[in-house]
Amino acid sequence: MSGFLESTGMGFARAITQAMLSEKTARRRGLLQSLDPRVRVVGLFSLVLAVTLARRFAVVAALFAIAVLLALCSRVNLLTLVKRVWLVVLAFTGVIALPAIFVTPGRAIAAAGGVNITEQGLRTAALLVLRVETAVTFTTLLVLCTPWTEVLKALRALHLPKEAITMLAMTYRYVFLLVETTTQMFESRRSRRVGVLPAAEQRRMAARTAGVLLSKSMEMSNEVYLAMQSRGFRGEVNALSEFRMTMWDYAGLLAFLLTGGLAAWMGK
Amino acid sequence: MPPLFELREVCFNYDGIAALRGLSLQITQGERVALLGANGSGKSTLLRILDGLHLPSQGVVSFEGVALTSECLEDDRFALPFRRRVALVFPNPDMQLFNPTVFDEVAFAPLQLQWPKEKVMAAVNQTLELMGISQLRDRPPYRLSSGEKKRVALASVIVLDPDVLLLDEPTATLDPRSQSQVIDLIQQWKGSSKTVVTATHQLEIVEDIADRICVLQAGNIAATGTPQEILNHHELLLQANLVHAHRHSHGAVTHSHPHIHTHSKHEH
Repeated sequence: MSGFLESTGMGFARAITQAMLSEKTARRRGLLQSLDPRVRVVGLFSLVLAVTLARRFAVVAALFAIAVLLALCSRVNLLTLVKRVWLVVLAFTGVIALPAIFVTPGRAIAAAGGVNITEQGLRTAALLVLRVETAVTFTTLLVLCTPWTEVLKALRALHLPKEAITMLAMTYRYVFLLVETTTQMFESRRSRRVGVLPAAEQRRMAARTAGVLLSKSMEMSNEVYLAMQSRGFRGEVNALSEFRMTMWDYAGLLAFLLTGGLAAWMGK
Repeated sequence: MPPLFELREVCFNYDGIAALRGLSLQITQGERVALLGANGSGKSTLLRILDGLHLPSQGVVSFEGVALTSECLEDDRFALPFRRRVALVFPNPDMQLFNPTVFDEVAFAPLQLQWPKEKVMAAVNQTLELMGISQLRDRPPYRLSSGEKKRVALASVIVLDPDVLLLDEPTATLDPRSQSQVIDLIQQWKGSSKTVVTATHQLEIVEDIADRICVLQAGNIAATGTPQEILNHHELLLQANLVHAHRHSHGAVTHSHPHIHTHSKHEH
């Protein structure tokens, strides 16, 4: 149990470090990176919306092709997409979509273990997988091509509630600190451990670690609140927006909205 | 004219554990005061009381003759100018830096105090320049070195051009170079009317940052004096756990004496 927690904690720390490194892609010169972050947020979400509304396989496939094209033009490594998105989504959505192949009524095209595989079932499963793959690819492109700080600023500029954005920003900010603390706790414990502890003791230790981490995060949140209060925070966050739209950004926004609208209409 | 800060018989407890025990103190405008004490002596609590973040459980604390109470700190007419004039730098910059970028961090306080946008932009740019951190403007604070974080934390309050600067362990955990940079910044910032109150246990910096020292011990003031007077009072420093005793053997004779490092001397 403790070993599992330890490796999960370490894995989480690695994932966070990887997330930080992914900001390198966001700093590259590419199509998406050249657009105002607000255009990226609105544009890519409009394409996600179109994917969820589209019911025709060809339309969803076209949107997937657009996602791949956007990735290439934005200098996103396709191998990263394959490993971090497409294979993972295929594994998870595949499990959910699998029963549809057998239970959806329709024309039988094959049989497996005495159960018929229907053409309609195959089509439904493929549409579901492709739809999720495409939507997640668009979202990943936004995350890979936009530093998190700019995503937050864009959300703020789009008039999302300030409190929600402050919460998101602080969560992202302090998750690093908590991960660092967790890693240090595990390392400190490992440095003082000799041999293998009995399972019951390992469970107790894991519970104690969780408790200590919770108290630390409570203490941290209290300190942060005092620091905010000291600098004039009165319960409502005031913030600045520094973005300026150019003709290129308006053209990009128009292209996104037209593509999304057209896909949603054609995919009905 | 009343003193800038006046504390009379102030007590404060954390969950039943006394942090301040009937402490009385006056600070006048333009003074540079060091609160010198070992860990747990009540220095940080005292700074938070001065900043109105904690209210005394007994006794009175007043700012320019006005008692700091929850009512007056909730009243914008008092609270907004008070927050502008009195600024606290926390010991751990990670607790103070919660914004997505350095620019946002420095702009946070002026924005909360409802300064106009142009004034905020001008003040932030000027402060970044003054602190030599303009190149960090768009960087997220969690990616900075300890020295850089400390400079950003200082910038985040100096932007308000406060009359009173409260510094909690401003040089702790910094390497010698960053330490001297921070001291230089404090010295550059001080003007004839600025008041600086620094909590520290580092004897080697007090001569540079203070004209008066208050030695804190077990939640009360054990002694007050000029840096010369206090630093020459070895017994007091030993009693307040600010110096340690060295034990030496000369043949058959063993004896001990205090060991002190200050800016101007290194004594055995």
